[in-house]
Amino acid sequence: MSSSHTPQQAPYYYVPAPSTYPITGSIALFLFALGSVLTMNKISGGGFVLGAGLLVLFYMMYIWFGKVAQESEGGLYSKRVGVSFRWAMGWFIFSEVMFFAAFFGALFYARVLAMPDLASLEHQALLWPDAKALWPNAGPAYDGGPFTPMGAWGIPAINTLLLLTSGVTLTWAHHGLLHNNRGQLKLGLFLTIALGAVFLFLQGYEYAHAYSELNVKMTTGVFGSVFYMLTGFHGFHVTVGATMLIVILCRVLAGHFSPENHFGFEAVAWYWHFVDVVWLLLFVVVYWI
Amino acid sequence: MAAIPGGADHSHDHSHDHHPSGLMRWVTTTNHKDIGSMYLWFSFAMFIVGGIMALVIRAELFQPGLQVVDPDRFNQMTTLHGLIMVFGAIMPAFVGFANWMLPLMIGASDMAFARMNNWSFWLLPPAAILLTGSLLVPGGAAASGWTLYPPLTVQMGIGMDMAIFAVHILGISSIMGSINIVTTILNMRAPGMTLMKMPLFCWTWLITAYLVIAVMPVLAGAVTMILTDRHFGTSFFNAAGGGDPVLYQHIFWFFGHPEVYIIAIPAFGVVSQVIPAFSRKPLFGYASMVYATSSIAILSFIVWAHHMYTVGMPVAGQLYFMFATMLIAVPTGVKVFNWVATMWRGSLTFETPMLFSIGFLFLFTLGGFSGLVLSMTAVDVQLHDSYYVVAHFHYVMVAGALFSAYAGAYYWLPKWTGHMYDEKLGKLHFWLSLIFFNMTFFVQHFLGLAGMPRRIPDYSLQFAEFNKISSIGAFGFGLSQLVFLVVVLKCLKGGEKASAKPWDGAEGLEWTVPSPAPHHTFEVPPVVK
Ligand SMILES: [Cu+2]
Repeated sequence: MSSSHTPQQAPYYYVPAPSTYPITGSIALFLFALGSVLTMNKISGGGFVLGAGLLVLFYMMYIWFGKVAQESEGGLYSKRVGVSFRWAMGWFIFSEVMFFAAFFGALFYARVLAMPDLASLEHQALLWPDAKALWPNAGPAYDGGPFTPMGAWGIPAINTLLLLTSGVTLTWAHHGLLHNNRGQLKLGLFLTIALGAVFLFLQGYEYAHAYSELNVKMTTGVFGSVFYMLTGFHGFHVTVGATMLIVILCRVLAGHFSPENHFGFEAVAWYWHFVDVVWLLLFVVVYWI
Repeated sequence: MAAIPGGADHSHDHSHDHHPSGLMRWVTTTNHKDIGSMYLWFSFAMFIVGGIMALVIRAELFQPGLQVVDPDRFNQMTTLHGLIMVFGAIMPAFVGFANWMLPLMIGASDMAFARMNNWSFWLLPPAAILLTGSLLVPGGAAASGWTLYPPLTVQMGIGMDMAIFAVHILGISSIMGSINIVTTILNMRAPGMTLMKMPLFCWTWLITAYLVIAVMPVLAGAVTMILTDRHFGTSFFNAAGGGDPVLYQHIFWFFGHPEVYIIAIPAFGVVSQVIPAFSRKPLFGYASMVYATSSIAILSFIVWAHHMYTVGMPVAGQLYFMFATMLIAVPTGVKVFNWVATMWRGSLTFETPMLFSIGFLFLFTLGGFSGLVLSMTAVDVQLHDSYYVVAHFHYVMVAGALFSAYAGAYYWLPKWTGHMYDEKLGKLHFWLSLIFFNMTFFVQHFLGLAGMPRRIPDYSLQFAEFNKISSIGAFGFGLSQLVFLVVVLKCLKGGEKASAKPWDGAEGLEWTVPSPAPHHTFEVPPVVK
């Protein structure tokens, strides 16, 4: 396959033919939702429905994104279509920012408002005499035994370095693509994926450590809640980002992308940098202060 | 393939090539007009479902005591009525208008992402199945009110989980739909169609879509935390674990207040198209309309706690939210005066779309005023969770958003179907709706002021008269909506042929294409001068 396609200047906007991908995706999400509901309520068969939903979802994404890549490489997308993709990716990342904002908001609220409130004289007199306004806080009725919060300067600091470095290697790969240096592109992408994978491995190790030795669990009051929700949601995003990078690497190996036409690569890079920035914020407010 | 100059030699599968027929046409379509029609029909179906739930509520409240449903079912009815009307009826109605009209108004061939557009729609039925299906599961549907406040929501059964996942799916649908709309408006305008030349409906949808993208994820985050509190032992909303149920209210209303404008702003857009057309004058103060709508959108992010005056906020916080809320009356007032000024000395005619717009103008303003009353902390502490609140937001949601949707539907029906609708029946629909709407909801102001709490299936005897009036009005209102169904079906089957521009005062690119609008329009973008 050649990578020499340049975006067509034709003044038309590609409108795809009728498609069965969307309804496949709807069925997938319905099965996923139903399966989750059944599983969470411990109803038999739930896991099966959930798994079926995920399978259909992955299949749908595989064929749908495959089709988009094929249309792009086939030169069907004019410049204007490219601009649409840029706007859409930007707005999508904005929606993700707001999703994270809800969880960061929960952390700030619990720490700045709920904690001192619960330890106020009024509450101490009426409800919990021993409530203390100390962070990390597992709540006045916590009885899960002593726990040690995660230190910032061990694994989390290493993870920060890993993600920052991966941002650099990704930019280096982008430069390789721009200068048609495919070797640099492939190596840069590979390094980025590897750094992401190491990050995820360390994060998993940290979770195991937290559960087995530090006694920090999801049930460790509001501290455990926000800790696992924020880092878990972020880790999920790293997983998605790394998967997208792997797809991009496969496309690079298949000869896709040219110095002029490679928004698929750029979109994933935007996403990766966004996940990176979220981690920095997370490192400061979850681990450090 | 005349639309593709230069004879592009690729074999691109343009939608002319193979048309699936029958049901598969609707399942697989990538055409914005097909998808717009599906949104509108889905919205009307959900309106009937949510309406039947409202009638169950009103039947129970027809007289004091418990007659029709047990209190638990009653609570499920109020919850599902709210969720279905907000997410299933009103939002999809305006997304339907957006799908149909935006490409026609800005001279684009379709929406920016035609396949994703299909997906946005086809995510709605699964969510609807989860919501309505939850009535049948053990323990019944969510019964917490549409706001899904903990700790109630942490306690309920499997129906609650179904509601949470339904909200997630609806969120995905509306975020994708809104990204599509923003991209279409920003990137697909015909040459010469500058932002400040766009019909105001496009502006209002641009701003609405921005609001959706900003706040739907926040709602998703809130219900996700409910889900983990329910099943994974977290303590976000549990004070014993250091969390706070009030935290949920903050996050929910950070979504919830902009949501009000997600519903209202496209309604403003429709009315801003209809009133100039039937006043035969351009919209008064177009630029100020754009700025006012933008200010409303920005202000909507910083007023959320006016829904929470009674949870125990510091006085400084209450004062701040009170004044910030009152501030919204300024841009809203600008809009109301602009609509009135558009009509001033216009050569007015009163076809059904105009009647619904004028109905909107009066009754929405009334709902705005009762909102101003509720924005005052000291007053709200008395009226909180009373029928005054119910009356207030139904003036905004029904007489505001729904009347505007009807105005839009009658206005564009000739363009969609190629036939004029039955004007007599349309007018009948309007007058019946107007009378029964006020009969249902105006008296609820008095009930609230007298202290009748909402979401309770029983009440003390002194509220009996007004409740009886309200219930009769509600059934009248519900039946009147069937007139609309008759009008639409008649219009689809036949009627007087509509010209390309059936309203002599109407302006915009949508009136330059034939009626009914052909399946594909503006494949070569028009040039706007
Ligand atoms: Cu509000």
